[in-house]
Amino acid sequence: MTAAPKQETYDVVVIGAGPAGLAAAAVTAKAGLSTLLLDENAGPGGQVWRSVMSTPVIAPDKLGADYWSGKALVEELAASGAEILHRATVWSLDKALDVGFSVGGGSAFVNARRVIIATGALERPLPIPGWTLPGVMTAGAAQTMLKSSGLVPSGQTVLAGQGPLLWLLAAQILRLGGCIDRILETTDRRNWLTALPHALSFLASPYALKGLSLIREVRGKVRVVSGVTELAAAGDGMLQSVRYVAAGKRETVSADLLLLHQGVVPNVNLAMSAGVDHRWDERQLCWSPVCDADGGTSVAGLAIAGDGAGIGGAAAAIASGRIAARGVVAALAPSRLASLPSKDQLAAALDRATLGRAFLDVLYRPSKSFRVPSGDTIVCRCEEVTAQDILQSVAIGATGPNQLKAYRRAGMGPCQGRLCGLTVTELMAETRGKTPQEIGYYRLRAPVKPIALSELAALPKTEEAVSAVVRG
Amino acid sequence: MTIARDAIIVGGGIHGCSTALHLCLRRLKPVLIVKDYAGRHASGVNAGGVRQLARHVAEIPLSIRSMGIWEGIRDLLDDDCGFDSHGQVLVAESDAELDACRVRVADLNERGFTHEELIDGPELRRLAPAVAETCPGGIVSRRDGAASPAQTTTAFRRKAEALGATVREGFPATNLRREQGLWRVDVGSDTYEAPVLVNAAGAWGGRLAAMLGESVPVETVAPMLMITSRVPHFIDPVVILRGRKLSFKQFANGTVLIGGGYLATPDQDRNETILDWGGLAQSARTVHDVFPIMRGATIMRAWAGIEARTRDDLPVFGPSAVHDGLFHQFGFSLHGFQLGPGAGAVMAELIVDGGTQTHIRDISIRRFQSSTP
Repeated sequence: MTAAPKQETYDVVVIGAGPAGLAAAAVTAKAGLSTLLLDENAGPGGQVWRSVMSTPVIAPDKLGADYWSGKALVEELAASGAEILHRATVWSLDKALDVGFSVGGGSAFVNARRVIIATGALERPLPIPGWTLPGVMTAGAAQTMLKSSGLVPSGQTVLAGQGPLLWLLAAQILRLGGCIDRILETTDRRNWLTALPHALSFLASPYALKGLSLIREVRGKVRVVSGVTELAAAGDGMLQSVRYVAAGKRETVSADLLLLHQGVVPNVNLAMSAGVDHRWDERQLCWSPVCDADGGTSVAGLAIAGDGAGIGGAAAAIASGRIAARGVVAALAPSRLASLPSKDQLAAALDRATLGRAFLDVLYRPSKSFRVPSGDTIVCRCEEVTAQDILQSVAIGATGPNQLKAYRRAGMGPCQGRLCGLTVTELMAETRGKTPQEIGYYRLRAPVKPIALSELAALPKTEEAVSAVVRG
Repeated sequence: MTIARDAIIVGGGIHGCSTALHLCLRRLKPVLIVKDYAGRHASGVNAGGVRQLARHVAEIPLSIRSMGIWEGIRDLLDDDCGFDSHGQVLVAESDAELDACRVRVADLNERGFTHEELIDGPELRRLAPAVAETCPGGIVSRRDGAASPAQTTTAFRRKAEALGATVREGFPATNLRREQGLWRVDVGSDTYEAPVLVNAAGAWGGRLAAMLGESVPVETVAPMLMITSRVPHFIDPVVILRGRKLSFKQFANGTVLIGGGYLATPDQDRNETILDWGGLAQSARTVHDVFPIMRGATIMRAWAGIEARTRDDLPVFGPSAVHDGLFHQFGFSLHGFQLGPGAGAVMAELIVDGGTQTHIRDISIRRFQSSTP
């Protein structure tokens, strides 16, 4: 593996080697376009197929058939001629389609004629009292350890929250011999009623069978408490117990590890920092980039594929990656279009893959009480800003997340709002009687991932920079 | 609906907000018209330097006037504005630069200004121990310091409103006109009228002046800043360099702000800027050289605010050369934040008293009159 890009300019730069990025890069490279795939991880797969080429968990049934299906796409990419850089962290992308990234201890810039962002999803925050205690982590972080190192929880473990990934993680932990003491399910029972109109298409989708059998597998081994309406982590300096309310009854369970999860949302940081227009998605309760049918955005030449454009899951990500790539081929190498699947074929594949998504979105719509915290529950972990602090800032004139930065530094820490942004928007919207769309989001700035000062200092000097010194 | 006020102020940066407050203190009722929100642009996102150090002689009187207000800012605004006064230090990186510093301080002393003081190597390292050993000295302005820009601008806005200013955020001032001896301007569906109009529109100030027939040689620029992760406390004063572009400030929480004037590309009509990483890399190299302790730090975020820079790098301040009742307060050319409190106080004197004791003649718009804009 090389540690620096071979060229300074590419036809296409794809960012992220999950399902969408792998699929997109394979298509553009095979069509003869010079393609650079940049990925932050040590190997291909993204989160859903993390470590698919290297995991020590090799017994096929443990991680499931969907996990191993990633191998085929990785092999397809390898044969495509795309240049792949792993451990390459993109920290800047702008409207000129200049891509700045760290790799191999240095930083480089490349320019692209087209960019496809495929940076996927991140977990929706679940800001409950005590969620910053050592011993509380996200289900996604636990799954990362499980896939890359085969590590499973060993002490008293509680899973709390909801959504398909919570059940999947539970099953994976159990299959690897890990223990789970209790699952606290936060799905609002009334959601079953509102989700009902979408049930038929869900039952026709591949999710239904897989999902139901997963839930059955887990329920057979773990005590599951449904209808949890309140949740708190407690302990002196570290997690000791989890308190919850279900069916009006208050209970406490002791725990060494609490894994939280209530679904995933698009990872919008890179796209937003590049100036892509976003809007509030009321069904998925998150920000989504405004995209056309090919994934194209308000920034010329920049497309977004996969969960980063709206949560659809791995199969949908593959389809949308191919659609975005086809759009790029149509623009840069139209003579190669004939060798690709037609627009209609790809659109049909996307439709098949998103069948049942509406049901999941509505059923697993997180309750307001788990999205909009109150009192001294911490919202911004980096700067330790509580819900109460934010209400006070609103009372003295903060009208949106960007003004809140001035009052409380919320969102200005290392996570750049990834852990608090949605909560801040919804909390301020609720307090001010506005919609999240009206309240808006943090203006995000490069570097979207921190970069070492010494690495920045070592960037090759441009002529402009040198002449600026002379002028200064 | 037409609403009469004593003054119309266009622009919600620190200058517009400060003028609004100071007019209220003189018992006038101004309306402050802000197209986005107070502190949205340069006033909210600048380096926060409260600096008399290294200023052009023409604006030193206004800067000194402002410094006095800064020192009582908490009582004025009921908000500490994050203001501290650990001094600002200008570092000479060579003996030649130190000689230039010596000449500068002697010149200021001759003019009666004593805020800048020549310092030698040992005093430089006493004030700023982390500065590279090779630097032979510099200049200190001991009363200088830094404040939190967005917090300060917002505090001015809030206090002005509490004292009776009308603040209209989120609407541009349109259809600006003079009718029957009054200035009129439309804001949303309302019209405001007043005998006085203050152009404090920052990056948009040049357009406004030109619309009123007073073109000024001014361009829109976007100076870049970046901030690091928290590093152990190692420096109190703000540091700037004599020869290279750098300003450097560590906050109480350990983060370090790095600026100095490298420019991004502004997209004024979209409220956006495109960063120039070549310039930021140059800043990083300078920090790397001057502050070896910073070599292991990480950059968390970089940004740029949109503002106006005039041809001679001096503000456009005071009465219009053309219209009665029109006053300009823009074009502060990357160093207007410290001037904000004083400029608002002086502007209130110009409007209410018709004059001021503070020497501002050299920054008047009249200096551009004889030249072709």
